[in-house]
Amino acid sequence: MTVDTAVKQHVAARPERQKRRHNPITWVQRGGLTTLFFLLPLLIIFGVFSWTPIVESVVMSFQKTNLVTPAVFVGWDNFVAIFQDPLFWVAIRNTGYFALLALLFGYPIPLIAAVLMSEVKRMKGFYSVLAYLPVIIPPVVSVLLWKIFYDASATGVFNAILGWVGIPPQPWIQDAATAMPSLVLEATWAGAGGTIIIYLAALTSVSPDLYDAAEVDGASIWGKIWHVTLPQLRGILFITLILQIIATAQVFLQPFLFTGGGPVNSTTTILLLIYQYAFTNSLGGAYGQATALSLMLAVFLAILSIVYFRVTARWSDN
Amino acid sequence: MKSPGKIAVLATVALVGVGILSGCSSSSGSGGGKVNLVVAPVLPGATADALTALHQRVQQFNKENPDINVKAVEYQWTAPTFTAELAGGTLPDVFNVPFTDSKTLANSGQLADITKDFKKTSTADKWNKNVLDVATGSNGHVYGIPWGPYAMALSYNRDIFKQAGLDPDKPPTTLDEIQQDAKIISQKVPGVAGYMQMTEGGTGGWELATLTQALGGRLEKVGSDGKVTVTTDNAQTKAGLDWLKTLRWGDNSMGSNFLFDWSGINQAFASGKVAMYMSGSDVIGSLMQANGFDQNKYGVATFPLASGSDAGILSGGNVDVVNVKDSAAQIAAAVKWIDFYRTGPTADKTAAINNAKTLAKGKQAVNAPTLPVFDKATWEQNQAWIKPYDNIPVGNLTPFTDGIFNQKIVPEPPAHTQDLYAALDPVVQAVLTNKNADVDTLLKGVDTKVQALVDADSK
Repeated sequence: MTVDTAVKQHVAARPERQKRRHNPITWVQRGGLTTLFFLLPLLIIFGVFSWTPIVESVVMSFQKTNLVTPAVFVGWDNFVAIFQDPLFWVAIRNTGYFALLALLFGYPIPLIAAVLMSEVKRMKGFYSVLAYLPVIIPPVVSVLLWKIFYDASATGVFNAILGWVGIPPQPWIQDAATAMPSLVLEATWAGAGGTIIIYLAALTSVSPDLYDAAEVDGASIWGKIWHVTLPQLRGILFITLILQIIATAQVFLQPFLFTGGGPVNSTTTILLLIYQYAFTNSLGGAYGQATALSLMLAVFLAILSIVYFRVTARWSDN
Repeated sequence: MKSPGKIAVLATVALVGVGILSGCSSSSGSGGGKVNLVVAPVLPGATADALTALHQRVQQFNKENPDINVKAVEYQWTAPTFTAELAGGTLPDVFNVPFTDSKTLANSGQLADITKDFKKTSTADKWNKNVLDVATGSNGHVYGIPWGPYAMALSYNRDIFKQAGLDPDKPPTTLDEIQQDAKIISQKVPGVAGYMQMTEGGTGGWELATLTQALGGRLEKVGSDGKVTVTTDNAQTKAGLDWLKTLRWGDNSMGSNFLFDWSGINQAFASGKVAMYMSGSDVIGSLMQANGFDQNKYGVATFPLASGSDAGILSGGNVDVVNVKDSAAQIAAAVKWIDFYRTGPTADKTAAINNAKTLAKGKQAVNAPTLPVFDKATWEQNQAWIKPYDNIPVGNLTPFTDGIFNQKIVPEPPAHTQDLYAALDPVVQAVLTNKNADVDTLLKGVDTKVQALVDADSK
C-alpha cells in the first residue's frame, strides 16, 4: 500500500467514524458504559475533593460567612479589604524574597550536585541515597529538627559549630534580617534531593556521543556543561524552574512552623496570610477574604505559567 | 468488558464507593441505646499519669451514668486550630473556649443552647452572676459552664532562684525587682533566660495587655454610648514595652529565643531554660499534665501592679461548651459530664474529695491556684476539703494566694480581643528583636487596624 492510498483510505474512513462517535447506541455498544464506570470513582473523588471545593471557594470569595450561619454576598468587599491591608504588600514582598533566595540557592545547587554526581564512577547509588535522604524525613519533623539547630544561644547546634571557627552566635530565625534566609536554607536542604534525582535521570538520556564530539573539539569540562549538558537538559530545566516558582509562591510550612510569620511579620508569606485571615481569629475567621486571596494567587500563578510556557516554547523552538 | 453482569458488578462497586464516602460524615451520637459523648478534657501530649487519672474519672462517670458512653480525647484550645476545627465541623461534643470568646460564639449561633439542662444542675442558682455572664448570650440563655478562672501571675523556677543565690520564698514584688532578679539569674546561671514573655499566636498581645493593665492602662476604652475605642498607643503600654526593652537590650536577661507561644514557653520553663515568666495562675496544672514538671520546683507570685486605682490584674478562664450540632440527648449528657467533671468538684464535698484523690494518685495538680467561680466562702471551703490531698507545696503558692485577693481583677479588652492580641504580637517581637523598634508607629498601626474592625461591626 502506497502512502497515497493509505491517506485516501484514512480520509474516507473519517466521516463514518465521526458519525458513529456521535451515536449513543454505538457508543454504548463500543463499551462506553464500561469506560464511564471505570471513570466514575475518579470523577466522584475529583468532584467531591477537588472541583466542588474550587467552585465553592470561588463563590465564598464574594461572601461573608462564619461557615455556620447563612453566608451573605458582599460583592468585591473581600478583594478591596485585601488591597487595603498593609500586611498584603508585606506578604507579597516576603514571598518574592523567599522565591528569589530559593532560586539563587535552591535552583543551581541540585543541578550542580546532579552534574557532579553523574561524573562519579563509583558508589553512584550511595550518593543518590545520601542526596535523597532529607526528602524521606517528614517535612514537619525536619522543620522541628532545624528549629533546634537554629537555637540562637551559643550552645545551639549551628552556633556551636560556628563557634569552632571563631564566628560569634547568629540569631538565625530570631531576627527579622536573618529569618527568611534561614528558612530558605532549610527548604533547599529539604527539597534538593527530589530535583537531583530528576536531573540525574535526565542526564542519563544525554548521548555520550555529544560529549565525545565536544572532547574532540577540545572542549573543557565547563565547555561540555555549557554546550552539551545544559542545552540537552533545557526542557527539564524549564519545567523544574516553573515548578519551583509555583512551589515558592505557595510556601507555608517553613514560616508557619519556624516563626509563625515573625519576627515582626518578616516571614509572613501569602499562604501564611491566607491562613491568618481564615484562622487567627477564633471567633470565625475572614474566610471570604482568605478564599479571595487564594483565588488571586491561583489566577496569578495560572497566568504566570501560561506566559512562561509560551516564552519557553519559543526558546525551545529556536 | 461489555456483559451486563460485569457492568452490574462495576455499578455495585461504584455505589458502594459512594456509600463509603457519604458514610464518612454520618454520626448518630447514640449506639446500643447509649448516648455517645466525645469530651476533650486533656492536653495533647499528656503524661501517662495524667491519662490514667482521666481514665479513672471517665470510668466513674460512666458507672454513675450507664446510659451515657463518654470517650475522652486530647484537645488544646489555640485560636487557629479552634477556628479550623469549628469550620471543619470536627470539634468534639464538649470542648473549652476562653472567656473572651464564649459570648460572641453563642450570639453567632455557633454553640449549643444548654439552658434547660443547665437549670437542672444542683449549682444552677449558686453561680456568681458576673462569672456566668461570660457564658450567657444576649438572649439571656446559657451556652456554657465556666471553670478554672485564673489571674495572670508570675511563675518561677525555685531551683534556678537558688542556683542564682536568690531566696525562692521571696520572689520579686515589683517590676524593678523582676528586672533585677532576671539580671542576676542570667548572669549567674548561663543559658537561662531570667525573664521571658510569650510573643506568638496572639499570646504576645495577651501578655502585653496584662502588662498594660498592671500599669493602670487599657488597650480599649468603652464610652458611655457603648462605643469601643482602641487605645494601644498609650503611656502604660509604652512603659511596659520600655521595661521589656531594658530587660532585653539593657540587661540581656531574656535569653536568645524570642518566638514563644503558650505551649512553647511552658516547655522552655519546664526544661529549665526560662527562670520566670508571665502565666496564668493555674499553669502548674498544664506543666504537670503535659510537661511532667516537678511541682516542688514551682513557685508562683502575684504579678506586680503599679500604684493607683486603675492598675489591675488581667483575669480570664475557660468555658466548657457543647457542639452546636449535637442532639438534645447529647446536650443533656454533655451538661451532666461538665457538671461532674468541672463544677461538682468545686461545690460538692464528696465530688471534691474524689476528684482530689484521683488527681493525686495520677500525679496531677490538686491545688493549682485558681479564682472562685461561686463566691470566696465556697472557694475557701473547697480548699479545706482538698487540703489533705494537696500535692503542690502550699508554701510555693503563698506568694500568689496571699496576695491575689488584694489585687483588683480586670477583665480582658472587650472588642475583637483575639484580633487585638494578634496585631500586638509583632509589636512585642519588634521590641525584643530590634533595638531601635519604632514603638509609636507600630502601636498607631495597631490602633488603626483594630479600630477598623471594631467600626465595621457597627455598620
